[in-house]
Amino acid sequence: MSRWLPYPLLSTGLLAMWLLLNESVAPGTVILGGILALGASWALIALRPAKARVRRPGVAVRLALMVVADIVRSNIAVAGIISGLGRRDRRSGFVRIPLELRDPYGLTALACIITATPGTLWIEYDSETQAVLIHVLDLVDEDAWVRLIKRRYEQRLLEIFE
Amino acid sequence: MTHAAELPGWAALLTALFLLLGAALAFTGSVGLLRFRTFYERVHAPTLGTTLGLGCVLIASMIAFSALQSRPVLHEVLIAICVTVTTPITLMLLTRAALYRDRREGSDYVPTRAPRPNDH
Repeated sequence: MSRWLPYPLLSTGLLAMWLLLNESVAPGTVILGGILALGASWALIALRPAKARVRRPGVAVRLALMVVADIVRSNIAVAGIISGLGRRDRRSGFVRIPLELRDPYGLTALACIITATPGTLWIEYDSETQAVLIHVLDLVDEDAWVRLIKRRYEQRLLEIFE
Repeated sequence: MTHAAELPGWAALLTALFLLLGAALAFTGSVGLLRFRTFYERVHAPTLGTTLGLGCVLIASMIAFSALQSRPVLHEVLIAICVTVTTPITLMLLTRAALYRDRREGSDYVPTRAPRPNDH
């Protein structure tokens, strides 16, 4: 299994991408895509990337749906701020959030989530202090943001990746 | 080369709706880029166009081409995934460069580096 299929997730992803690009599920496309996906994952052995383990696919799907909903909600919020509908005394600022998440893939996912939701911005992660600095456009309560990011996203990413 | 006339009414309406919504979001983002005062606030604004704005345009494209070709056209999903995965890289490069500069200049707006256990 591991010898023939060293990176099952990557191979599946590549095959799915190939099928989507070709817009067909004809046997020929599947076979060619399968060969390419396997070949690419064997080539990747040379680079020895750390293996990603997704433990709870169910949680991952729920997290993805939640993030899509959050993206829509924060788009509306930021559009409101820009068009001047928000409060006059809006304040933006930095928040430092200590993280328990260590897995590089988990951190990447968190960075993508935070950047993809308008209004929050991933600034820098310090691997020594294990804290991330984010910039918030509409900062009301720093502790509320720390709680939100930790409970809503980090908790679930910990379940998925660690 | 336009197929707009072949598009059924309901699809044309939905396509137009999503396209306009996406364009409006991208425009709002650009206005924000202009109106905000500091660099860090400004970087927030264009993300409207790259997230929901992009999503709306892609949904419009999916509806239009699925209706024209009478089969689901889904490869726009790949654009959404690739953009979402790559935007943080550019954003981080930009913000970290700004942060580095501000710290070098001793600006009191940006927070200093967190204290480390082995600092003297």
